[in-house]
Amino acid sequence: MRGSTVTTVDGGDCVLVSSTPVPVVADNRPRPGDPLDPDAAISVRGLVKRYGDRTAVDGLDLDIRRGEIFALLGPNGAGKTTTVEVLEGYRTRDGGEVRVLGVDPARGGRRWKADLGIVLQSGAGDSQLSVREVLQARASYYAEPRDPDEVLELVGLTEKAGARGRTLSGGQRRRLDVALGIVGRPRLLFLDEPTTGFDPEARRQFWALIRSLRDLGTTMLLTTHYLDEAEALADRVGVLARGQLAEVAVPTALGGRGTAPAVVSWTEDGVRRTAETTTPTAYVRELAARFPGEVPGLTVARPTLEDVYLKMIGQDLEGASASERGAERAASRSEETSP
Amino acid sequence: MTAAAPERTALPSFGRVFLTRAGVELKEFFRQRESVVFTLAFPVILLLGLGAVLDYDLGAGVDFPQYFMAGVITAGIVGASLQNMAIHIAAERSDGTLKSLRGTPMPASAYFVGKVVQVLAVAVATIVLLLLVGVLVYGIELPSGTDWLTFAWVSVLGAAACTLLGIVVSTLARNGRSASATVTPIALVLEFVSGVFMPFDQVPGWLQDVAAVFPVKWLAQGLRSVFLPEELAAREPAGSWELGTVALVLGLWCVAGLVLCALTFRWQDREG
Repeated sequence: MRGSTVTTVDGGDCVLVSSTPVPVVADNRPRPGDPLDPDAAISVRGLVKRYGDRTAVDGLDLDIRRGEIFALLGPNGAGKTTTVEVLEGYRTRDGGEVRVLGVDPARGGRRWKADLGIVLQSGAGDSQLSVREVLQARASYYAEPRDPDEVLELVGLTEKAGARGRTLSGGQRRRLDVALGIVGRPRLLFLDEPTTGFDPEARRQFWALIRSLRDLGTTMLLTTHYLDEAEALADRVGVLARGQLAEVAVPTALGGRGTAPAVVSWTEDGVRRTAETTTPTAYVRELAARFPGEVPGLTVARPTLEDVYLKMIGQDLEGASASERGAERAASRSEETSP
Repeated sequence: MTAAAPERTALPSFGRVFLTRAGVELKEFFRQRESVVFTLAFPVILLLGLGAVLDYDLGAGVDFPQYFMAGVITAGIVGASLQNMAIHIAAERSDGTLKSLRGTPMPASAYFVGKVVQVLAVAVATIVLLLLVGVLVYGIELPSGTDWLTFAWVSVLGAAACTLLGIVVSTLARNGRSASATVTPIALVLEFVSGVFMPFDQVPGWLQDVAAVFPVKWLAQGLRSVFLPEELAAREPAGSWELGTVALVLGLWCVAGLVLCALTFRWQDREG
C-alpha cells in the first residue's frame, strides 16, 4: 500500500525510516501455483518465454492492482521488454497463465485493445502527417478517445501541433509516443522506457503527466533504466534478473533498504565524520548530547535504490556492496575538510 | 473470468476507420516528395526521354510513343503497386509504425484498405498524367469504345496482383532499406523481359517464356491490346492479344498473392 510507515524527508538524499519493519513483500507477491487474481489489472502465473535455447522469462508470478503504478526494473536482457510484450499481446508465451484486464492477451480482440495504451520502446514510426493529424487518426480507432488537442496540451506539444513528426526533437517524439498511448483513454497504460533521451526538465514534466494520469485512475506498467524515475513514480517496483522477479517491494523498502544499516554523517572539528549503525535514532541522540545546539551538517542515509538494485542484479561493478562501502567510509573517516 | 464491461460506447464502425486510413495513406504518399517523384514522375520522364530518343516504326502506322504507351503505363502501375507496397510497408514495419498500429483497436483490414486506396489513387494519377503527356507531346491515339473497358479491368487486375506481390516482397525483405534494394531491380528486370521498353518480339524467346510466368508481361500485353491496332496482335507470341489468358494469369496471381500475404504477413521485423 502506498504511504505506509515510510516517511521521506524532501530536500536531500537523506531518508529517515521508522523502526517498524515493513511487511510488504509477503502481502503483495503471489506464489507459484496461486490462482490468478480476477480483480487485478494484470495477473501472471508461471510465465515462461524462450527464444531458441535461451529462456528470456523463466516462471514469473505477478499481480498488479487496478490503479497502481508498477515499475519493472532490470538490466538489458533481463526479460523486461519480453514480459511487457507478452502482456501487450505482441508475443506468444511458452508457458504459464496471463490475464490482462481479465483477458488472455493471446486472445485479446479490438474491445480489449481499446482499453490499453501502449508506448513502445521503438516509438510509433515515421509519418508525413502533422502531430495533430497523427493524433486525430489514432483517436478515431477508439470508442471514447480523449480530445487530441487536450492530449497535446497534456504532453506539452501544443506548439508543435502543426509540425511533422520528423522535425521533432528526440524528447518531443517520445512525448508524441506518450500522447498516442493515452489518446484512446486507456484503463491500462504500458510505458516501455518512456523517458530515454529526455533532459532532466522534460523528465520532470513527464513525471507530472504520469501522476495526473494516475489521479484519473489509470493503471500503469512502466519499465525503466532510471531508478530515480521508479522511485518517484511507482507504488511498487519489481526487479527482474535473469528472467525472474528477484524482488517486489515499495521503492523505499526494496532490498531491505528500509531496515538496512544507516550511515550517519556530521561535521566535527572541521572534519567530516561518518558512522554506520543499525540504531541511527539512538546514535543521533548521543550526538545531540555532545553538541550544544544543532549537530553541524547532520545527515542520516540508508542505501540508495541504486545501491540495493545493483546488488540485487549482481552487477555491482565496484565490487563492493552498499554496506561494505558504508563500513569503509565509517572506518576510514573521511579527510574531507569543511570550509 | 472476464470482467464484463457494462454499457460501454461501441467501437467506431469499420467503415469509419477505413475512411480514416484512406485519408492517412493518401497524405502519406502525396506529401512525400521522394515517393511522388519516384513513382509519379519516373514513368513520365521515361516517356519523354525514350520518346525523344527512340524512333521505331512498328508498321500499321504505329510509332514508338504509341507503342510505348502500354509499356510506360505498365511501368507506372508496377511502380504504384509492387514497388510502392514493397518499399513502404517494409519501411513501416522497420520503423515501428505497423507494430504501433497493431496495439490499437484498428482492424487489420483497415490497414490494407488504406493501402488499396493509395495504390488506386496513385495509379490513376500516373495514368492520367501519362495519357496527357502522350496526347499533348506525341499526339498518341486514345483508346476508343470497349477498349476503355479492357483498359480498366486489365489495369485493376494487374494493380491488384502487383499490390499483393508487393506486400509479400515487403515481408521477405529484412528491413525497409533492403526492400528498396530488392524490389527495384526485380521490377526493372520484369519490365525489360515483358516488353515494356521495347517490342516484346525483340525479347529472346527463352526470356519471353520466363516473363510469361509473371504478371507484368500479361499486364503489358493486355494494355497493348488497348493502345495498338488489331494488325499488331500478329506480333504477339500467340498471334493474338490472348485477353482470356491475361485475365486468367492475373487472376491466379491475385489468388496466389492473397494466400502468400495471409501466410507470411508480419507486423514486426523478425525477432533477434
